Parts: sequence; C-alpha cells; structure tokens
Amino acid sequence: MGMKEYKTINKVAGPLIFVEKTEPVGFGELVTVSLPDGSTKRGQVLDTSKDVVVVQVFEGTRGIDTSSTVRFTGDIVRLPCSKDMLGRVLSGSGNPIDGGPKIVPEERREIIGAAINPYARQYPREFIQTGISAIDGMNTLVRGQKLPIFSGSGLPHNDIALQIARQAKVRGEGEEFAVIFAAMGITNEEAYHFMKDFERTGALERAVVFLNLADDPAIERILTPRMALTAAEFLAYEYDLHVLVILTDMTNYCEALREMSAAREEVPGRRGYPGYMYTDLSTIYERAGRIRGRKGTITQFPILTMPGDDITHPIPDLSGYITEGQIVLSRELHAKGIYPPIDVLPSLSRLMKEGIGEGMTRDDHVQWNDQMYAAYAEGVDLRGLVAIVGEEALSDRDRKFLRFADEFERRFVQQGKYEDRDIEYTLDLGWELLSMLPEAELMKIERKFIEKYHPAYRKKTAAGEEAAEAAA
Amino acid sequence: MEVKAVGKVGEVYRVSGPLVVGEGIRPRMYDVCFVGEEGLMGEVVGLVGEKTLIQVYEDTSGIKPGDRIENTGMPLSVELGPGLIKSFYDGIQRPLPGLKEVSGDFISRGLHVPGLDRKKNWEFNPAVKKGDKVKGGDIIGTVQETEVVEHKILVPPYVGESTITEINGGKFTVEDTVAVLDDGTELKLYHKWPVRQARPYIEKLPPLIPLITGQRILDTLFPVAKGGTAAIPGPFGSGKTVTQHQLAKWSDAHIVVYIGCGERGNEMTEVLEEFPELIDPRTNKPLMERTVLIANTSNMPVAAREASVYTGITIAEYFRDMGYDVSIMADSTSRWAEAMREISGRLEEMPGEEGYPAYLASRIAEFYERAGRVKTLGGSVGSVSVIGAVSPPGGDFSEPVTQNTLRIVKVFWALDAKLAARRHFPAINWLQSYSLYTDTLKEWYDENVAADWSELRKWAMEVLQEEANLQEIVQLVGSDALPESQRLLLEVARLIREVFLQQYAYHPVDSYCSPQKQYDMLKGIKEVNDMFFKALEQGKLIDEIINVPGKEEFARAKFEEDYKTALQNAIETMRKALFGE
Ligand SMILES: Nc1ncnc2c1ncn2[C@@H]1O[C@H](COP(=O)(O)OP(=O)(O)OP(=O)(O)O)[C@@H](O)[C@H]1O
Ligand SMILES: [Mg+2]
Repeated sequence: MGMKEYKTINKVAGPLIFVEKTEPVGFGELVTVSLPDGSTKRGQVLDTSKDVVVVQVFEGTRGIDTSSTVRFTGDIVRLPCSKDMLGRVLSGSGNPIDGGPKIVPEERREIIGAAINPYARQYPREFIQTGISAIDGMNTLVRGQKLPIFSGSGLPHNDIALQIARQAKVRGEGEEFAVIFAAMGITNEEAYHFMKDFERTGALERAVVFLNLADDPAIERILTPRMALTAAEFLAYEYDLHVLVILTDMTNYCEALREMSAAREEVPGRRGYPGYMYTDLSTIYERAGRIRGRKGTITQFPILTMPGDDITHPIPDLSGYITEGQIVLSRELHAKGIYPPIDVLPSLSRLMKEGIGEGMTRDDHVQWNDQMYAAYAEGVDLRGLVAIVGEEALSDRDRKFLRFADEFERRFVQQGKYEDRDIEYTLDLGWELLSMLPEAELMKIERKFIEKYHPAYRKKTAAGEEAAEAAA
Repeated sequence: MEVKAVGKVGEVYRVSGPLVVGEGIRPRMYDVCFVGEEGLMGEVVGLVGEKTLIQVYEDTSGIKPGDRIENTGMPLSVELGPGLIKSFYDGIQRPLPGLKEVSGDFISRGLHVPGLDRKKNWEFNPAVKKGDKVKGGDIIGTVQETEVVEHKILVPPYVGESTITEINGGKFTVEDTVAVLDDGTELKLYHKWPVRQARPYIEKLPPLIPLITGQRILDTLFPVAKGGTAAIPGPFGSGKTVTQHQLAKWSDAHIVVYIGCGERGNEMTEVLEEFPELIDPRTNKPLMERTVLIANTSNMPVAAREASVYTGITIAEYFRDMGYDVSIMADSTSRWAEAMREISGRLEEMPGEEGYPAYLASRIAEFYERAGRVKTLGGSVGSVSVIGAVSPPGGDFSEPVTQNTLRIVKVFWALDAKLAARRHFPAINWLQSYSLYTDTLKEWYDENVAADWSELRKWAMEVLQEEANLQEIVQLVGSDALPESQRLLLEVARLIREVFLQQYAYHPVDSYCSPQKQYDMLKGIKEVNDMFFKALEQGKLIDEIINVPGKEEFARAKFEEDYKTALQNAIETMRKALFGE
C-alpha cells in the first residue's frame, strides 16, 4: 500500500479540503490529516481527479492549514467489529469513549454496506409486541421493519423510544437481542437521559452506543448511522442476534448532509437539501430487514424531529418515502396531556398486514383495526363540524362518534410510560370503546367476531356459562 | 496495439460518485464502457472535448485516475428471448438470483451475469420452412416458455427481407443457431436490442379495449385502455405501490412487466413470495407464469435505476411485437427522474425547474410514447399499457415530474393522503381523477358487460358530485338542517363510497372484482337508492330508512364468493322492512 503524504492543500472550504498534485487517489478513500499541533483528523475522498482531490473531513476543518499533511491510506472507512462491542460506548466515528479498553476487532467491516440483494430478502412478518396500544393495535411493528417516529421538538419521542427498547418482545421467544443506539447531534442532557435508562434497566449490557452530541463535529454525523448499522449487521449476521437500531435524530444527520452539499457548491434540491438525499437516506434505512437463511434481523427505529412540525418538510417526506410506515406524534395530543401523543391517523405500519391476525395476534385484529380507524376518523371529522355548528346540531349517532374519539385518545392511546399492555388487553380495550357505538355501525367487522368479542355478547356468554354452571 | 483499437481503451481522469470522466477513448453517446480492473459497467452520457462522461452502474469506491477504461462500442442493450418470463432482474437486466449465486446475499461489484440463461434448452417449433421469405418482426417459430406463455421467436427488426435457407426444430439454447438466411445471417432464439431506442412497428391503432384491472374505481369510473397510459401520483403511504401490485396481479394482460424503480427491497420480496402462489383468474395458473420483474431498489446504484425503466419497456415492446397485450408498471417514475437529476447535477448541466435537467419533460414524454396498441411488423396486433407511479415531494402535485407526466398521460388516478389516513382504500380521489378514455371505451363496456353500464356510471358520478356540493353546506350548518331528500342522497353516496369504491387489496375475495360483479354491485346500489326514495315519498321516516335492516348485510355482500345471492337477500330484507311485502 503506497501511503503517500502530501502538503499540497490549496483550499479549505467548510468541511472540505482540496489537495493538489497527488498520485492517483481512489474515490471514497480514507484520509488522515495531520495538523501542525500534532493532532490528526480523518476524512474521505469525495471527488478525485488528476488535478485535485476533494476530501471531506469528519471532525471538521478547524485548525487545518496549508502546512497540514494529508495522507491517503488506500483503504476505505471501516469499523472494527467484535462481540465485545456490546456494553460499550463509542464516539460518532466508532472510537471508545467510555474509558474502557480498545476493542480487539474480529473483523474490520466497511461501513458503506453493500445493498442487500432483493432476491435474498425475506418478507418480515413476526409481530413485535411493544406494549403500547397505539402501536400494537393500530400500527403493528414486525421484526425487520424500519418504522420511524416523526416527532417535533419538545415532544416525548425519546421516552417512547426507550419504552419500546425496554418492552419490545416477540412473544413466546427468549431469543437473544441487542440494541444499537446511535445519537446524532442530540444534547448532552438527552444523551444522559438515554444512558441513565440503559444503565438502570441493565439494557446497556446488550447495547452498543454511538454518541455524536450537539457539540461534536457535524460532519461526523454522516458516519454515525453507518457505523451503527455496520455494528448491527455484524451482530445480526455473524452472531444471529435480533438487533433493534435506534437512530436519533435523523434531522441532524440531514442538516450535516446539507452543510456538506453547500460546501461542495452543488445545485440544491428542495429547501437547500441535496437532490440525492433520498438515495443517501435509503442507503441507511434499507439496511433494515431479514435475509433468507439467516437468523439475525435488523429492526430500525429512526427518530426525526419535523422542522416546524411540517410533515411535508423534505426530511420527514423523503424518510416516509423509504421507511415502512411512520409513527407520528402530535403536539395537540401532547398539549392535552396524553402520553404517548401518537396521532394514529397519519401513522402507518405497512408491514402489519402479514404480522397480525390469527396465530400472530388475534383473529379479529384486521377488521378491528379497520373499524377503529374508521370510527376515530369520523369522530375527529365531527370535531371540526362541532367547532362551527355546535354539538346541538349533531345527530345522536354523530354524538356517539364524537365521544368515541375522545375516549379513544384518553383511554386507548393514553397509557403509562412503564405500562406494558399485551395485545389481548389492547384489543379488548378497543372492543370496549367500539361498544359505545350502535352495533349496526360496525360495518367493517364480520358478525362472527362481533359475537365473539363485543362486550355485549361476552357478558351474555359469561352470564350464560355461570347460569349453566349454577344449574349443574 | 492495433490501429483499430485506438480510442477503444483509455483511462480515468476523474471520479465523482457515479460519474466517471475518461480520456483517451472515442466513444459515441450511450456506448457501454467498462471501468477499472473489476470492469464496472457504465454508459457514456456526455462528450466534452477530449473527455468522455460516463455514468457507472455500480459503486465507484476505489476507482482512481489512471484506471483503465474500455469502450465496447455498443449501446446498452437487453437480451430478448426465451427465459425472460419469471425472471427477476436488476436495472440493467442482470438476474438477481444469478448475482446471489456469485456474490451472496449482498450485491458486490463487477459482476457479469447474462440476462438469459445460456445453458437452458428450449423446444423450438419452426413456423416457417426453407425457402420461405421473412423480414424483420416476422415469427419464425415458437417456444413454450411457461405454461401460459408461448414465446414467438421473431426475426430481429433490423433484418431486411430474406429467404430462409435452413431451419431446424428441436432443443436449443438461446445461443444456438436455429435458422439461416440467404445472406448468411444466423438466427438464434434471442437477439439484442438497445434499450433507449423504441422498437419499430407499422402503425399505432386507436385504443378501444379496456385493460380490465379488477379494481372497481379504476374499471368503472376511470378506466385505462389497452395500449393506454396512466399515472398514479400520491404522497408517501397513500397507496401507489399497493395499486401497482393490484394491477400487476389482476389486469387482463398476457404479460406483465413490473419495475421497482428506486423503491423498497421488501416490496419486491413481497411480489416474489406472493406471485408464484396467486392464481390468475383467467388462466388458472400462477401469476408468476406471465410476469417479468425488475428491481433496482433505492439503495442500489442510481445510474442503473435510471436505466431500469428503459430495460422494462424494451422487454414489454418485445412481447408486444409477438402480438401480446403487455402491461408495465413503473414504481416510481419520480425516482427515475431523480436519478436523471443526480447524474445531470454531476455533469454540471444547466439545471431547470427544481434542479431537474431541462430535458426532463422530453424524457418523460418519450417514455410514455412507447406505450400504444400497434400493428406489429409481423402483422399482428399487440399493445403496451404503461402505468407510472409518481411520488411528488410533500404530496404537492404542482411539482415538475407530476406536471410533466400529466401533460402526456391520458388517465390520472389522484391519490389522497386524507383518504388514506381514514383507511379509505384505494385512496383514489374520485373528484380529482379522470380518464380520457371513458368515451372511447363506453361502447366496449355497454356491449360486453351491460347495456346500461355507462348510464349507471354516469349516475354514480353525479351522486358523488352532488355529495361534494352538499358536504360544503353540511360543514356550515350540520346535516340535520338539510332537507330529507338530500340527507338520503348523502346516505346513497356513502354506500357508493364505502361499499363500491372501497376495495381492500388484501381480502381474498374482494381483491379482484370482475366487471360483471362491478356492474351487479353498482346496479344493486341503484336499486337501494330507488327503494329509499320511494319509501321517503310514501312517508317513511328518514331515520327508519337510513337504519333499515339489511344494510350491513348489503355492505358485506362483496366479501362473499356468492355475492349475488348475498346482495339479493340483503335487498329483499330491506324491501320487506320498508314496504312490508
Ligand atoms: N387498496 C388497498 N387496500 C388495503 N390497503 C391499502 C390499499 N392501498 C393502500 N393500502 C394501505 O396503505 C399502505 C401504503 O400503501 P403503499 O405502500 O401502496 O403507499 P405508496 O403510495 O406506495 O407509498 P410510498 O410512496 O411511500 O411508496 C399499505 O401498506 C396498506 O396498508
Ligand atoms: Mg410505494
């Protein structure tokens, strides 16, 4: 490997340095820059030609001057991987920062993962119970899914992510799992909150934490999710673990991407974000999934805060176009004091259809879900009407739907941060709410399920059985 | 090196993502080149002075200035012959199962696997004999490719009129010679065709026959013709992919080409796991037996994504040339346009609207122009119907890809996030959508389904339109303030929406709805409508009418195999309750 050193930096612009008169340098090559003060920074080749090589410096270009030395390593960025990563805290670019020993790599993996051959994938269909009704009942998560939380600043997305990390399980299985937590540009306080919970619950032992905090270099964030997913793939595919990856906050990642793009003077896409942001994000999100013949799986829970609570902003928009649904948090519900403030209407789990129903959750789940959605949506629509014409102008029927929507939020969506509801509880709670509506309105549910689960019939059968028992 | 080779081999000057700038070669636009030691495949997309701009279909990490570039002198082409059906290709026709064999679960670089299996033997039955005259596009024989597809072996379109001097039946691989022409040309079971060039035909024919999709809102309200074009734009999660999958499953085409262009891996896996299990209602054979899949998912190289739609449509045209009706779904054309934008940005071309290249409109138009019902070179009639999904940023239809698409396609299925959030599926907005084929297809429906089909359709549309008008009033004063006849109309509109328009893709029975069933259902709703208004005239109370027993049964009849009986029973129950006979 010809590791040549150059002192030919002729321009520094934002996170980029331009190096001249080099031997041929490969696209994507890992670069180290030595500063006059003896410190070193790492970077990657973004553009290479016979005249000039453009390098993005992950730790930022502060302190770099034209007398700095640039070394092209002939290699690309890799993460040293080992099962011993579990329980460790690493920086956003993969170096231990918990004071523990160096990680002795079993393997040094490229962090740019090759695309999974679509032919090798297996369709995800195993129900993960999170213990949260608004998710399990309405937008069920399955193993290998990528399901982001679309949040807003100040909303309790971190609590929800933690609750999921604590409670998520595939029922009837004691299989090994691991959590990968990648923080990008979050505050010290937020990070502390996460770490504290991990330590308290003992989850840290089964976790690998990558921390790039708000005061860490922004460009490093471009590496962080890739490092995290490389670790996830290593643990899932080499050690058969079921890995849950939490990426927070993807908005900060995208900001870093925009900064890079601006420094390169690229033609900007919508709102200044680069035109290739969709493709770039897909190379992160598409690393979730399952592969035929392999036991380990990767489930992704990216968190992003929607700038201005705007779901059409390019960051949530492009994410939603790639992920397999989204859990949307609502400021309105939060203001009403409802935790978790999940707005089920814009939320979606695209993979739930294969993961619910008989043998997975319960036979009535599909139609129950349909009916719950229809009823809640109708109630929410009626609120708009009430605001204009008053509740008196509503028919009796409409008033029932209005009440349904209120109860739905207050009893079904709302639950405790440590309340772990099983799916039967969630479904039965839904039935209880549905029984507030006239039975003829339950047009989406077949008779046989109404007779089996509707409280009106359940009481009857329960009473009937008791009577029969008493008689005997 | 020989003189001939000058300009054939050169070297890399610059690498910027998928774009490689070469020097020392003298290619033509769109020539395929191999870059670097691994021979990464790329295509020439620009010539600037001494330099050649190449978009590379694979990840370019590690490629450096000075690396070798070899120009093949050939444009990007696909292989057309037996073995296409049931294939699962990437954007440049590399079989994904083949790639898995050589590189495992992840796609590595520099892999070269031909589009058609070289080893497989096919039974060839000649249809012409020695001494017969043939020309480009003629059928020289057939191969039974799958249980349902008889693959017609075509004389390549570029061959002029010639005489067969030799032809043999029997078992052949695609590379064996099956016939020889008088000028010495050897015909094989396959030929190559450049993807960016439309295959020739004699003339376009008017689109007079509907492509039956089995989806009520599409067939009844906004039909597409065989050989027609349709676009289905919508924000994320509104139902583009599910609708495209429904079309791939149930549309009455002989051949379906499905392109997953820059979308999710799992969505292709779903097709792959499901199609071999699903039975085509027309042939009673698995749907896979007529399907070609192309997947260049979002995380696969963008340049190959750009090529994928051309690969797909060229395969579609090839089957059209055999006289088949082919339908092609591209999900999503926006990702194709974005791939164009990304390459164009790297080429430092002058950006047009929202950074898209100025030629965006013409590329989109050219693509949809390759649809059509045609008289083929061989004299038969075939068609290619194109249905493109569009993914507008923020769900805003005023953006360039949606707008340029709507300018060219004849059918617009507008997806609506609000409907999707309410789980009204398919979430196609009935007021915003349109089909310009409605009038031309009217005759077919009236003749083949029922004489009053178009009348019924017109009635349904009027009720829905009237509902929209009344809703505006309701929003101001509440529904109780409306006169009873209008409240009844709202109820009928609700039946049209919830019973007729809603169609759950995953329901085993309701997923596909035959035109006859569509008619029977709508006719049933009309009958209920007439009963309701008659009852009102006779002085029945509105609440009594709206809550009439049998309505739920009526709503659920579509889920029954024997829907007809269920519909009739429900209507009878309602009639008894209202009129007591
Ligand atoms: N006809 C339908 N029947 C039942 N469910 C449907 C139907 N159409 C859409 N859906 C539901 O909506 C979800 C989203 O649909 P789909 O994946 O087709 O959206 P999309 O428009 O392709 O989104 P994206 O642009 O992100 O790919 C599906 O997962 C499914 O749950
Ligand atoms: Mg889709």
